[in-house]
Amino acid sequence: MSNTDTFSIIGKPRRRVDGADKVTGRTCFADDIILPRMLHCKLLRSHVPHARIRSVDVSRAERHPGVNLVLTGRDFPNEYGILPVSQDEQPLCRDKVRFVGDPVAAVVARDEFAAEEALDLIKVEYEPLGTISDPVDALNNPAARLHDYSEEGNIHKRLSYEFGDVEESLADSAHVFEDVFFFEGNTHLPLEQHAAVGMQEADGRITLWSSTQCPHYVHRAVAKALDIPMAHIRVIASPNGGGFGGKTDPFNHEIVVVKAAQMLGRPVKCCLNREEVFYCHRGRHPVLMKFRTGVDENGALTGMHLQTLLDGGAYGSYGVASTFYTAVLQPVTYHLPRYAFDACRMFTNKPPCGPKRGHGTVQPRFGQEVQLDKIAAKLDMDPAVLRLNIVEKPGALTANYLKIGSIGLAQCINTVTERCGWKDRYGKLPEGKGMGLACSSYLTGAGNSIYWNAMPHSGVQLKLDRSGKVTVFCGATEIGQGSDDVLVATIAEILGIDPLDIRCVTGDTDLTPVDLGSYSSRVTLMMGNAAIQAAERARGMIAQAVAEKFATDTGSIAFSNGRVFEIGQPEHVLSFRKALVCAEEMHGSLGTTGSYTPPDPPGKYKGGGVGPSPAYSYTAAVVEVDVDTETGWLTVPRVYIAHDLGRAMNPVLARGQVEGSVYMGLGEALMEESAFRRLPARLSNALVHREPSMLEYKSPTSCDMPEVITDMIEHPDDNGPFGAKEAGQGPLLPVMPALANAVYDAVGVRIDEVPITAEKILQALDDKARGGAGRVGPDSFPDIEWPEPFRVPPPWEGGDGNAVNKPARKRAAKMHEMDKFKKVDAS
Amino acid sequence: MMRLPQFHYYRPRDVDEAAQILAGEDDAMVVAGGTDLLPNMKRRQQTPRTLVALRHIDSLKKLTNGAGLTIGAGVTLTSLEQNKTVKSAYAGLWQAAAQVATPHLRNMGTLGGNICLDTRCNYYDQNHEWRKAIDFCMKKDGDICWVSTGSKKCLATSSTDTAPALIALRAEVELVSAAGRRTLPLQHLYQDDGIHYLTRRREEILTNIILPQAGATRSTYWKLRRRGSFDFPVLSVAAALEFDEHDVIADARVVLGAVASQPVVCAAVNEQLRGKGLTDEVIEDMAAACAKAAKPVKNTDFAPHWRKRAVAHVTRCALRELRGDDMRETRKKLARQSLI
Amino acid sequence: MNRVTTLKRSTQENAHISCRVNGEPVQVSVAPCKTLLEMLREDLRLTGTKHGCELGECGACAVLVDGDPILSCLSLALDAEGCAIDTIEGMAQDGQLHPLQAAFADLGGAQCGYCTPAILLTAKALLDRQPNPGRDRIREALSGNLCRCTGYQQIFEAVEEAILRLRRTEQGTDLKSVPVGARHNP
Ligand SMILES: Cc1cc2nc3c(=O)[nH]c(=O)nc-3n(C[C@H](O)[C@H](O)[C@H](O)COP(=O)(O)OP(=O)(O)OC[C@H]3O[C@@H](n4cnc5c(N)ncnc54)[C@H](O)[C@@H]3O)c2cc1C
Ligand code: SF4
Ligand code: FES
Ligand code: FES
Repeated sequence: MSNTDTFSIIGKPRRRVDGADKVTGRTCFADDIILPRMLHCKLLRSHVPHARIRSVDVSRAERHPGVNLVLTGRDFPNEYGILPVSQDEQPLCRDKVRFVGDPVAAVVARDEFAAEEALDLIKVEYEPLGTISDPVDALNNPAARLHDYSEEGNIHKRLSYEFGDVEESLADSAHVFEDVFFFEGNTHLPLEQHAAVGMQEADGRITLWSSTQCPHYVHRAVAKALDIPMAHIRVIASPNGGGFGGKTDPFNHEIVVVKAAQMLGRPVKCCLNREEVFYCHRGRHPVLMKFRTGVDENGALTGMHLQTLLDGGAYGSYGVASTFYTAVLQPVTYHLPRYAFDACRMFTNKPPCGPKRGHGTVQPRFGQEVQLDKIAAKLDMDPAVLRLNIVEKPGALTANYLKIGSIGLAQCINTVTERCGWKDRYGKLPEGKGMGLACSSYLTGAGNSIYWNAMPHSGVQLKLDRSGKVTVFCGATEIGQGSDDVLVATIAEILGIDPLDIRCVTGDTDLTPVDLGSYSSRVTLMMGNAAIQAAERARGMIAQAVAEKFATDTGSIAFSNGRVFEIGQPEHVLSFRKALVCAEEMHGSLGTTGSYTPPDPPGKYKGGGVGPSPAYSYTAAVVEVDVDTETGWLTVPRVYIAHDLGRAMNPVLARGQVEGSVYMGLGEALMEESAFRRLPARLSNALVHREPSMLEYKSPTSCDMPEVITDMIEHPDDNGPFGAKEAGQGPLLPVMPALANAVYDAVGVRIDEVPITAEKILQALDDKARGGAGRVGPDSFPDIEWPEPFRVPPPWEGGDGNAVNKPARKRAAKMHEMDKFKKVDAS
Repeated sequence: MMRLPQFHYYRPRDVDEAAQILAGEDDAMVVAGGTDLLPNMKRRQQTPRTLVALRHIDSLKKLTNGAGLTIGAGVTLTSLEQNKTVKSAYAGLWQAAAQVATPHLRNMGTLGGNICLDTRCNYYDQNHEWRKAIDFCMKKDGDICWVSTGSKKCLATSSTDTAPALIALRAEVELVSAAGRRTLPLQHLYQDDGIHYLTRRREEILTNIILPQAGATRSTYWKLRRRGSFDFPVLSVAAALEFDEHDVIADARVVLGAVASQPVVCAAVNEQLRGKGLTDEVIEDMAAACAKAAKPVKNTDFAPHWRKRAVAHVTRCALRELRGDDMRETRKKLARQSLI
Repeated sequence: MNRVTTLKRSTQENAHISCRVNGEPVQVSVAPCKTLLEMLREDLRLTGTKHGCELGECGACAVLVDGDPILSCLSLALDAEGCAIDTIEGMAQDGQLHPLQAAFADLGGAQCGYCTPAILLTAKALLDRQPNPGRDRIREALSGNLCRCTGYQQIFEAVEEAILRLRRTEQGTDLKSVPVGARHNP
């Protein structure tokens, strides 16, 4: 399906535009910024999990040599937060701390040594409160309430939806499968620790450099938290040393350094240490989930009821969106005629969870793919055939009104199964060796912004002049994924010039048009489309001038290899530089803009704003395992992955995204775990992150990484730039379930939770040897009082995308921002 | 950035000078490669007022081949790994050294530092702030043991990789202080107490590790850890066996690492092995006996009961390798490295 | 005997250190409790050396001291006295990328680029000693450098490509003839 031959840059392997900087140590990350007279900031973080702050005495710290300023919650009157519905964070806690690591004070000093010493001199008096360690604990103890605005007790958010009468479908199904799964929380662990530098200019305006994936959202949060007009704040996103979703929220330290820079008139830097990065977190929610799925005798899905329970941690973060994402993408992979889901997020006294690579969709994908494997086993079907039979159709509108474009999933499945020799090997390998298959889909950019507005999601601006140089400006942020490269390649392709003739300026809210940020796999598609528009407009202006010069029409002007020429007239040719001279003579100074706004989603029901995307990517993976039956020790020799990304803009980078996802997926499947420790109350009221360090939070090393066999499948999507869809998140999803399924193939036990460790496998093997089911996983899903569901009939049952009922919803208290948000209600 | 606390720093040129400084300062510690001590200082687990650096003392960096092998305490793990005699005659030591931490840390870390490595525990190897949040334990600043709240002594885990291998090879160590010099079997340098895990006196410097002639002894070291790099052992098995000409065991030493506050010498196992051939049954019995001897507690990665069971498997691997079975594939799976 | 006294950390007097950094003699005055990492980044402003944990647990801070890759976060600045230190800033020579650098840029060896300086130096030390290591040797030599982005595979391939390029330069073959590209597996 690929026709990259017609392109000169797109689709060709090429050194990334920022490659030379990265290999010479020139890339300037936030902590690499050193400014004259710069001061250093350290935060004092709570060592108690839940308490009212009685008093904070900073007098000794203020007198410590080298200290310039000490700030506390009192210095910050306003709340902020990423979602308008959960403006529940304070730059420094004022009245209450909600987890170990919640910041209560900040010291600004001449160096980190002095700042650290002064932290020890701050006296905080806490009045301890009851603590909540997990969602079930939260349901059982509504009295120890973290936030007043929660729905009730510690229930942050409950959702309930029905797309057709699922109970009826299940009653009519040949088989109904009921399974409970658990996905443990884990974290992004970017190699770069978060850092920010705040600076006040002589005229009082503010500049903030930060390792953020979303400068635009930080811009809004800083303005709100500090009551500074947005026009007076400039946020510059430094290249991120890895993000993975961990740098998409506005953070305490970002706001604190701005405040301090304002008060002192000097630049202030704050760089977190690794333990603090674990406290910022916003990583994968621990999710308990229950699937009730009906199938016919051939394994086709008839209906599904999914329930999820999320451990949200102490603040809202993206949590309401995460809650939706634990359910809304289920119907995108396989055809699902009827679907219902209930989802609930709880507050607990732990660092807040949020978006990590695959945001919210990873956990239910694990559950569904393992359940499909069980279904195949029960029906005695090949799991690959079962899946191939039910792959959703291109162009489909799903039961919950998500409009799909291209789907290359069948080809992905066929590719990985051929590569690994599935037919001859699956189910036939010797005891201890096995292989498992799983599939997934993911969005290419959320169809809605996190705050409701009708403006573009991405803007690109071009400046061109007589030098032959093109400068491209865009708010998008380079976090390692290669967004600068996509931007430059797109412009270079359309203008027929060398990428080296283009300078790109990105992630700077003063200089660049707004782009919402590097999250939800949106950048290639949204920025790419905006760049195409800007470049085509520039091309039009240049073509007009050149056409006039050669006395022909603009339609016969072509751009290629740094030249602009009339097709069929070899002597009618100008260098690109000369063409720009003509264009500047004709139009005056040259500049164009382009922007992109996603299509309106077909789902009109309340909540229908989460899930729609301009395009969906598809992936299939086969994981091979080797299990030692005596210890459960697990080895992964090989992973086969095929990912439908529409079009590989730069295959080197696209493959890097796919393999990086496999890596991170394997980490989650095998070892990564954000586990917590709570000591008995009579001994200590502690509730702490068990191991907030790089040594004990296990992340695979080069010795642990198996061989990965990657295929990039190109089913171009009409909505994507050159047909491109995403590649940076989707390929993570099938890895964990494929591994669980492979363990079953190898030794016949089911590990219905992640991570899948030697201990759990051994436990399941023991259980099986004793005549048990040979399964490790959660037993039950707690009783939750669900609200009346929104009933939205699927398209094929006469639905028009609206709910047919109007369930009452309790309004969250005190969340005045709520109204602004209701049009997308919680996306 | 995690920063070091303040300290006085001495750079003695020879052991005598170092010994004199130690005799004169009561809150001093020696620092060799610093890969254990400096992280501990950054986390405020150890806060000596004075550091006495050994890295400038040339005599500690020597490897001398004589009747056996004498290794200076300041020899880096990388130098050991690259030494041909070590690899051929003391394979167990070589395998242990090659599996410590990471290549970078082995370039820095010394054999002496590895032997004296602080015991480890999930409640202790944490930043000051974390330990404050959970409340300090008796190993540093507190008086309770969180691993076992009834315990009177600290149960922190001996995590050195080389010590079990060296003990299996009957190594001796030389200690020097201003008062004099003594030599003792390495095994006696350790005691089962997470805080006072060494019998070394505070002012003594470990100078040399002395290995007897290898002769016909075959040795091996098997380590289990979650990842193929970085991680400390969660259990390890070192074995050194001497066979007579009929493949009957003349001398046997099996030592377990990371299952107590000191390396555990499986004395009973060693007794039982003598005079026997390594048949499958013998290996099975030994594996079971080693698992019994291991007493892991819940303060490392992996659950104690799993570690205890895995001891049997790893012991079996070690003994089979010494018997001459081809264990390369199994080794690669467990160690995630080929180690050949 | 050489004793350096430190007072209160925040008020201590600096120590003076002479060493060679990227081949050039350097004299620097540094707080005595600083690590080599802090000295390089803060006192010499060579911020190409990164840090991800400062506890020896990630490898991002690796530099070469007398040719060996070590962790600058666990080395005392005081011990740099008289040493030859190589950082990423000195890896390109005469305006030319080292073949390892070029291969990493071409083949996806650097995504976010944060682990990259340390990995490049570690790989350079390996190739300086062992010009033709196999995949397993490369894997083990780099096993002290965590990378969260790439999954390592493109890093291995970049090192292997650099080995080829180095060999070609030795043989005087034109570098430009080396294909730059994505390796589709297998
Ligand atoms: C991330 C990480 C992973 C690690 N993984 C492992 C592992 O897998 N296995 C393992 O065994 N170790 C591991 N280590 C610990 C350490 O790197 C090694 O044990 C190393 O060999 C210690 O040697 P050193 O010279 O750096 O010791 P130092 O830190 O210099 O000293 C360690 C201790 O020994 C004392 N000491 C040192 N030399 C002498 C001497 N000559 N006489 C008396 N006392 C002395 C010091 O006072 C100090 O208490 C790891 C460390 C880190 C940071
Ligand atoms: S074993 Fe007990 S006393 Fe020892 S370090 Fe651990 S918690 Fe502290
Ligand atoms: S900064 Fe992580 S090892 Fe040095
Ligand atoms: S490229 Fe980002 S950590 Fe390696």
